[in-house]
Amino acid sequence: MNFFDFYRQDRWPHMFCPGCGVGTVMNVFFRAFADSGLDQNKTIFVAGIGCSGRIPGYIRADSLHTTHGRPLAFAGGIKVADPELKVVVFTGDGDLGAIGGNHFINACRRNIELTVICINNYIYGMTGGQASTTTPRDFVSSTTPYGNREYPFDLSEVAVAAGANYVARWTTFHVKQMTKSIKKALLKDGLSFVEIASQCPTQFGRRNELNTARKVFEWLKSNTVPRSKAKDLSDDHLDLNLMGKITIGEFVERNRESYIKALGVVK
Amino acid sequence: MTKLEPGTYFMQGDEASVEGAIHAGCRFFAGYPITPATEIAERMAKRLREAGGVFLQLEDEIAAVAAIIGASWTGTKSMTATSGPGFSLMQENLGYACMTETPIVIIDVQRGGPSTGQPTRAAQGDIMQARWGSHGDYETIALAPNSVQEMFDLTIEAFNLSEKYRVPAIVLSDADIGHMRGTFVVPQELHIIDRKYHIKPVSYNAFAYDDSLVPNFPKFGQGHRVHITGLTHDISGYPKTTEPRVHEALVKRLVNKIRVHSGAISRAEVVNPRAEKMVIAYGSPSNSVYEVVNERPDIGLFRPITIWPFPEEQLKASAKYARRILVLEMNMGQLYWEVERIARQSLCERIDLLSKLGGDVHTPEEIVEILQ
Repeated sequence: MNFFDFYRQDRWPHMFCPGCGVGTVMNVFFRAFADSGLDQNKTIFVAGIGCSGRIPGYIRADSLHTTHGRPLAFAGGIKVADPELKVVVFTGDGDLGAIGGNHFINACRRNIELTVICINNYIYGMTGGQASTTTPRDFVSSTTPYGNREYPFDLSEVAVAAGANYVARWTTFHVKQMTKSIKKALLKDGLSFVEIASQCPTQFGRRNELNTARKVFEWLKSNTVPRSKAKDLSDDHLDLNLMGKITIGEFVERNRESYIKALGVVK
Repeated sequence: MTKLEPGTYFMQGDEASVEGAIHAGCRFFAGYPITPATEIAERMAKRLREAGGVFLQLEDEIAAVAAIIGASWTGTKSMTATSGPGFSLMQENLGYACMTETPIVIIDVQRGGPSTGQPTRAAQGDIMQARWGSHGDYETIALAPNSVQEMFDLTIEAFNLSEKYRVPAIVLSDADIGHMRGTFVVPQELHIIDRKYHIKPVSYNAFAYDDSLVPNFPKFGQGHRVHITGLTHDISGYPKTTEPRVHEALVKRLVNKIRVHSGAISRAEVVNPRAEKMVIAYGSPSNSVYEVVNERPDIGLFRPITIWPFPEEQLKASAKYARRILVLEMNMGQLYWEVERIARQSLCERIDLLSKLGGDVHTPEEIVEILQ
């Protein structure tokens, strides 16, 4: 499989900002997908709204760019109606943690056969830099000019608690681990969730003294801790704040019965 | 038992609609419990498995419409059922279905509103919501059954129209019709329409259209590699959100594919068509009018079966004989304004509205009395 066949060249140049982490994720995703042996004609790419939501529009495959927060619900309908199709969802922290939170926890609970790639850039990038459910405490956004006073969500821990079969989180720095995890996720039965902590220099970094892609990237890189060690660091390692860390690694890998198998859907 | 055999059956309206859906080819249902439409989900849960389909109960009505749209893109005829509060939640993705031209069917068993209102009492408060409840310009198709038989028949018709025009079709029932028990007939032959598919891979210009204004459907998983988005898109399917002419061409086509075919889509039942006094009623209240018109040849009934698009030409033909029109609605006047607009063109002198709220239905006696 050729990179240039996988993406829609007729839509280039893409609309992502210079320094955005989406490019890394798209590159890594292609490698993982090519390695997985999945059929591009039988894989459906679904997304919600936001920067991450634009990714399927650049993949040369059947793709459904849906409404804000709802991609998991659309994707579930596709998968259950035609279980022979592989369905991959691209989403972000705004799409998944806020407006789509209910769909997220229920899709994980059902353990439905979807691969979900969440690009968490800690901000609403496309609408101009508003705080999201993952914006770290005390960070500045256009809607938290005095610093964010809310606690952030840990999306991966939510996915583990809700019942997903595979959960991993890496940053855009960890390309090798991310490639391995995405390939594993693509081939895993049940709901597989890979969260990528990603840099948004334009909207997130600029307001938080991280005004270049490199600075956000360095921040992500230096702020990670493997999940195996995270538990020793603090009781509340879930709280990612200025003093906190981003937990990385494979969070869970298990074999709960997947949804369509449990339903007994045969096509 | 995949489909009911031809014959006569005794069932609830909600249940008859399930049987109609299965006859129409529906093999996917996603829903969320709500009075007075829950019986549709319950029967679907049982019947779809027998028919080789899938039933899903989801986390809310937003997800329900999302899932049936997703299922429809695999070429599976799909539907959901709800009542007013759920229908409100569905408006977001109903607009998405209009924009992406996805065939879906929604049964709305109306109850008293606004808000949670009266869960168990009938109302007709969703007439305008069925037309333009989501943002932006679009047209839908909405049908109003008034019997158990029509819960069966019009559910099939909703599927047929939805498939033909690639548009959401809504069955606007109400708590009385949905919960009514009665007989209905499954005929020997039924006319079933399937959407027109792209056969060869299209890849580009998946939304190219002919004189019908309805593009062929590029089902997922066939190598078409199409991009479907709720953003403004050109015939390639790719987003083009800042070019005014692209948006204009798309929205005009979405609206006109229904408007130019409104004569073929819409229909009405007319009794005593040349009567001087015409009662206009649909759904539950129309049943009270049958009693009146059977005994009074001077009083007619005009019953729109298609609410949207409204059977305008048919009403014009009847209204030219009517000196007086009485509109019955279980709301404060929603379809009334459409009737008034059309009937005024036919120079009808007096067009009144008789509203009923709270779940009561107009009685034959009060209809006769008001028309004295």
